[in-house]
Amino acid sequence: MSRGHPDAPTLPDDVLLRVERLTMRFGGLVAVNAVSFDVRRGEITALIGPNGAGKTTVFNCITGFYKPTVGRLTLNRGDQSFLLERLRDHEISRRAGIARTFQNIRLFGGMTVLENLLVAQHAPLMKASGMTVLGVLRFPGFAKAERAAIEKAKGWLERIGLIDRADDPAADLPYGDQRRLEIARAMCTDPVVLCLDEPAAGLNPSESADLNALLRSIRAEDGVAVLLIEHDMSVVMEISDHVVVLDYGRLICDGTPALVREDPKVIAAYLGVDDEEVEQVEREIEERAS
Amino acid sequence: MEYFAQQLINGVTLGSIYGLIAIGYTMVYGIVGMINFAHGDVFMVGGFLALIAWLALTAMGVTAVPVALALVLVLAMAFTALYGWTVERLAYRPLRGSFRLAPLISAIGMSILLQNAVQVAQGPRVKPLPPVVPGNFFQSEGAGGFVVAISNVQVIIVATTLVLMVAFSLLVAKTPLGRAQRACEQDRKMASLLGIDVDRTISLTFVMGAALASVAGLMYLLYYGVVDFYIGFVAGVKAFTAAVLGGIGSLPGAMIGGLLIGLIETFWSAYFSAEYKDVAAFSILIVVLIFMPSGLLGRPEVEKV
Repeated sequence: MSRGHPDAPTLPDDVLLRVERLTMRFGGLVAVNAVSFDVRRGEITALIGPNGAGKTTVFNCITGFYKPTVGRLTLNRGDQSFLLERLRDHEISRRAGIARTFQNIRLFGGMTVLENLLVAQHAPLMKASGMTVLGVLRFPGFAKAERAAIEKAKGWLERIGLIDRADDPAADLPYGDQRRLEIARAMCTDPVVLCLDEPAAGLNPSESADLNALLRSIRAEDGVAVLLIEHDMSVVMEISDHVVVLDYGRLICDGTPALVREDPKVIAAYLGVDDEEVEQVEREIEERAS
Repeated sequence: MEYFAQQLINGVTLGSIYGLIAIGYTMVYGIVGMINFAHGDVFMVGGFLALIAWLALTAMGVTAVPVALALVLVLAMAFTALYGWTVERLAYRPLRGSFRLAPLISAIGMSILLQNAVQVAQGPRVKPLPPVVPGNFFQSEGAGGFVVAISNVQVIIVATTLVLMVAFSLLVAKTPLGRAQRACEQDRKMASLLGIDVDRTISLTFVMGAALASVAGLMYLLYYGVVDFYIGFVAGVKAFTAAVLGGIGSLPGAMIGGLLIGLIETFWSAYFSAEYKDVAAFSILIVVLIFMPSGLLGRPEVEKV
């Protein structure tokens, strides 16, 4: 298999992805300013903050859409470490094992639900098909690999309750199902980190509860770390182990949900209070608590 | 009636050749969103490579026609595929992500380059190939003494085209590569995030298009018995028309479009005037596009939100 970058720093055992002093400038605009945080193994990490705080920019840097202006993104997979800013687009998934979804749905609408999950297993299948030649000739090795891929895809369809719609075009599914299918598709790439950009956006409360259950099962059963951007606090507070808060491109808080919920800076950021008034808000909270 | 049947046979043969070339246009358009104007010239290069391979094999003493033809087919496909790959690598990949017209301009440049390179290397005169597969597969004399004939060459052309088109459709529908191509067609960024090497998929698309074009080149050579450096232009424009007529981006559309253009051209030459056959083909294209802007089988362009 591919080897990691030899000059990547060694991470502590429990840290899967370390973001260090990540800065992203677009011309004169500093979208993300010296942000550092860790994503730990087996945890759900939430990235929150008001609109325009730079959350999606952080995602875009992690998944290779942007090359960071400054900063280091290290991912540890097995005993190999990768510097994400050096990987090419498709290597982010293939070598580092990062999967991602977007705010808007980006399924392959013209393909069937099952095919969407098979596309995500492209790398192993392509290898088994010997660059297509053996695949066309239906060699046994390829047939076996393809059966395994279909089994895996069906397993995921069972888990998200879409097995009956396997052969329908993905675009025909209702919105909530499309959201879950996207997560299943991302999981079919065998990731170590699953990055979800607002997975609960536009979901009704019951779909939102389903999503929570799905993410919990991904953490527990698949052992995959989840990094999610979310505005729906019921999702964030309920399922995340660790919350990172950004505001105007800076990290303002990093800790457990309980800690973040009480943090005056976070409250101020969400309510839109000026910096000078933060202390006042802080006092008010203390008063209310006592 | 016999006359009509004969024209139908000729039209289907010509249409097969156009269809093979049209697939290359339509696939590349589907995946990269550009018209590869050098594709017609890749077809011409394929014809020349087939001729060279044929002459080399004959000189080496391979005289059994079926064996030689099969070898020529494989050699021409392999070398033309290399051309297709190189064209993409040199002229299009460096411009990916640049503004939309840039690869179009370099495609036109590539087309001129290939034409002139072949003209310089092979000379401007028409290169003949003596009939390789003589004889008729089938013939019958009608009441008026008119003979309807299907020549062996025509059978080879139509049969090869059918086999290749079926194989090709299976490849796109069933293999991981085909799935990757369809994924790249819909959303290249997302495809790369799922671990698909988009650059390689695009390269392979060019390779496949070029291989099919070289088969068309060989068929053209067998059918007409001549190649010259300029055949790529007219055939390319016709095949492009076929792809647009069928709905650019659609594989079955390219095949049907190719057949239709071949038939229109043949029937027009047979019943009206051979000089105006191109006018007829393009007029019908215009009429179709006015009423069906996305072609016969094309999907209407949907605005991405």
